[in-house]
Amino acid sequence: LMTAKSLASKETVNGRCWFYSDDDDGISVYLNRELHAMNTVVAQLQTQFQDYLVSLYQQGFLDNQFTELRKLQDEGTPDFVAEVVSLFFDDCSKLINSMSRSLERPENVDFKQVDSGVHQLKGSSSSVGARRVKNVCISFKECCDVQNREGCLRCLQQVDYEYKMLKTKLQDLFNLEKQIVQAGGAIPQHFPSYTILRPDIRPCLDA
Amino acid sequence: MGMVRESQFHVLAVDDSHLDRKMIERLLQKSSCQVTTVDSGSKALEFLGLRESNDQNALETHQEVEINLIITDYCMPGMTGYDLLKKVKESVAFRSIPVVIMSSENVPARISRCLEEGAEEFFLKPVKLADVTKLKPHMMKTKLKKEGEKPSEEENATLKPEESLVVEMILPLNQELELEQKEPMLSSNKRKAMEEVISADRSRPKYNDITTSV
Repeated sequence: LMTAKSLASKETVNGRCWFYSDDDDGISVYLNRELHAMNTVVAQLQTQFQDYLVSLYQQGFLDNQFTELRKLQDEGTPDFVAEVVSLFFDDCSKLINSMSRSLERPENVDFKQVDSGVHQLKGSSSSVGARRVKNVCISFKECCDVQNREGCLRCLQQVDYEYKMLKTKLQDLFNLEKQIVQAGGAIPQHFPSYTILRPDIRPCLDA
Repeated sequence: MGMVRESQFHVLAVDDSHLDRKMIERLLQKSSCQVTTVDSGSKALEFLGLRESNDQNALETHQEVEINLIITDYCMPGMTGYDLLKKVKESVAFRSIPVVIMSSENVPARISRCLEEGAEEFFLKPVKLADVTKLKPHMMKTKLKKEGEKPSEEENATLKPEESLVVEMILPLNQELELEQKEPMLSSNKRKAMEEVISADRSRPKYNDITTSV
């Protein structure tokens, strides 16, 4: 319990935080409470992140390969997943545009080009763990094999929808990651994860 | 420790997909390999210092850079991974470099053709970290050869502790190394089933186990 003597106050002067107290205990109690508060915020964000990530797997947006992708990221390469995913979305956009052009005129469809595009899209989606996109590509290839233009157009529309949906979801995920880091926490790496704190933000809650 | 750093393996990775090149590069770096990536078979040959020529008597320039392994995609425009494999194995200077083929398609005939032509391994894409760890023994073999030991004596030679561990890992291709991640090359259905099991497990997160480390 804190006595009046131990209570500390906080002031922000020139963007820096200053703690005032009569004694050392007050300072340490205050710091511990601050750290605990930060810790709670971090813990909440980490849980939010975990829940969201789990939901993306549960809803079939992502598969095991996304987990593999995350394994390749470390302190030395903190943007690896974001970079790869960004390359993937660029690929999607480019390939969808070119396939759309190939499918445009009913009397002159270049199914070979479409097939090539689907093959590449299937490969990329598979590499990043974009499960729904990959699954559409499987149907897409079947339509292409039997030269079903209508089917191809439907699949094209679906693949466009799915990649854009995934893009939004992953953007939200990366934003959560950013918030965790900004709050002084570590991004949970293991799946499912437990709350992990950076060693320099580990508080002691003796008070 | 210092010795390990000096003899870091250098891998040449070939893939026409930018995304896949980025992936394989990272996978190899994560396994402590130095990596050079190129986007075509002809660029790979150029990098090795082998001029692409149909003339059997054409001069092969001496290997410019020491490469311990070539890992290449199968489906590439122009020169396929198979074509590249053949060229490497036909060349006197480079045939000892182990070659690994990657493909997104599970075609048994393709796989056996590559293995018959001398490929050490055939990886189904997407390639995982567990696959890349299988490469070390193949790269070690070339290092040992270069150090003057005859191939037939490899098993009997007195190996240092870390090297003997590596030799134990050299298993026949049809044997599965990983117990947790079984990836038999010819049954993609089983692999798919495995993935579904894993995702089913993951859909039940055990939140009551969450501990806050304070």
